Amino acid sequence: MAVIPVERKPLTFAERTYIPQIIAGLRTTIRHLFQPTVTLQYPEQRPEIPKGYRGVPTLVMDPNGREKCVSCQLCEFVCPPKAIRITPGELPETSDNAHVEKGPQAFDIDMLRCIYCGLCQEVCPEEAIFLQNTFSMSGYTRAEMVNNKAKLYELGGTLPDEHFKWDKKKTAEQHGNAH
Amino acid sequence: MFDFYFNLYPWVRMILQAIAVILFMFPVAAACSMAERKVAAWIQNRPGPNRVIAPIGGLLTPLGLVGRIPFLGPFLQKMGIFQLAADGGKFTFKEDPTPAHVNKFYFVLAPIIAMIPALTTVVVVPVGAYYAVVNGQTILQPIVLANVDVGLLAVFAVSSLGVYAVILAGWASNSKYAFLGGVRASAQLVSYELSMTLAVLPSFLWMNKPGGQGTLSLFDAVQMQNGVWHGFSMASLHGMWGVFYMPLSAFIFLVALFAETNRAPFDMPESESELVAGFHTEYGAFKWSLFFLAEYCHMIVGSAVCILLFFGGWNILPWIPLTTLIDWLSHIIPFATHPLFMGLVGIGIFVGKVFSFIFFFMWVRWTLPRFRYDQVMHLGWKKLLPLSIANLLFYTLGIALLQK
Repeated sequence: MAVIPVERKPLTFAERTYIPQIIAGLRTTIRHLFQPTVTLQYPEQRPEIPKGYRGVPTLVMDPNGREKCVSCQLCEFVCPPKAIRITPGELPETSDNAHVEKGPQAFDIDMLRCIYCGLCQEVCPEEAIFLQNTFSMSGYTRAEMVNNKAKLYELGGTLPDEHFKWDKKKTAEQHGNAH
Repeated sequence: MFDFYFNLYPWVRMILQAIAVILFMFPVAAACSMAERKVAAWIQNRPGPNRVIAPIGGLLTPLGLVGRIPFLGPFLQKMGIFQLAADGGKFTFKEDPTPAHVNKFYFVLAPIIAMIPALTTVVVVPVGAYYAVVNGQTILQPIVLANVDVGLLAVFAVSSLGVYAVILAGWASNSKYAFLGGVRASAQLVSYELSMTLAVLPSFLWMNKPGGQGTLSLFDAVQMQNGVWHGFSMASLHGMWGVFYMPLSAFIFLVALFAETNRAPFDMPESESELVAGFHTEYGAFKWSLFFLAEYCHMIVGSAVCILLFFGGWNILPWIPLTTLIDWLSHIIPFATHPLFMGLVGIGIFVGKVFSFIFFFMWVRWTLPRFRYDQVMHLGWKKLLPLSIANLLFYTLGIALLQK
């Protein structure tokens, strides 16, 4: 290992008084004083949510207003903190979507337990559950912090669908070539 | 009405003035805390406290109504004025526990002692001047509670009592952090007191020529800087501010002032990152706020003295003293020489200067990091003290040669 001697110039008299440095520091701070602030005034101004953000999990409907969840309970099983509780139910014969057979009777996500991991969204075969942009949940009681089915659909709304799987299935059934 | 005021019995006038000064000092010292937070925020590119608004209903309705005035209300809210009121209310009414392990008597005494010198020193600080007719002659009179010849001496004597509050608080708290803060404060304040006093002596050497009438009056210090002071032979110095011909004195005084008021970079007694909160670690609520106010009062009085000695007092610019300004104004405004108008103009200029000094204090606080303790001692004893002695000798010889 070569030893590289570094020339260090002795401090000049001005430098040893620190005064030029102090003045330079004061110049820097006064410049910041007149710069615009960088603070986001939160409740009025909202941060821009990046694509793929994992916010509060929600249930979504397809563009035809059909409930997408078929209560397969995969999300309930995969949920690491066991925040999801589904009561499965059968769709009535009279329903338009009777061929889907199943839908959730109750669907509760306990937001006090949810860790926003997104596994429910990943595991859902029906693309019915999405972690969307909502990031602030608040409530006065524990019960308020449990999102029931109505609340989940209210938060989720409708997302565009590429497949219309069950509509295709119904058309196929009506044409007599159901698998 | 003004004649009525000037014809009042002097004691009544004094008491009225004293109340006016206290009514000015307290809110201003409190407002400085908000200014400090705002300046800190702006320097860090933040907006600072800008949320609080007083509610309508209850005791705070007047304040709440002010907050609802269009434009003015939101502006005050943005500047944190209501936050200030909220803080004040909190400090006054929150529970004030006294820890079990403290020496109760001295623990309670300390904040009181902190407040007394801080408010007492204001008495001898002149804040403006007006024309008064005394024995048929129109002369310039200072606006001051007590126009004494020992003005500066009184300021130094009383303000150095402030250190007892810090030591007492540190000792009575019976806590190691408070104790260390108190010890640091005592050493630091004693060290810098010396340089501070030596630094201002040249300014009084200029004023007191041999054989003349000796004075330490702060009013005369300003008089010297507006060219009206009689019996001074060097016309070239008339109207010049002290800082121009005594820059080193002004510099030493300013540095020592930072140390005396425990402001960053000399905030050894507090050093929140080392000693929790230093000497006031065990204090809370109203007692703590008294320490806080005392610190700002010290800053205000210290800046005021610095302005009087080196920055021209209530003279608006070098070579343009208040009297000249009033002469100019009297061409436009007929009542310019009226004591009330002239006094208000003088006070306005002076307070403006004080505020810019306070801003400078804050600006420096958010620029420089805190000194290490040995650096403070090194600077105080090995740098500033020799420098101030050399400065004193230089001016003594200089004045002796000039006036020969």
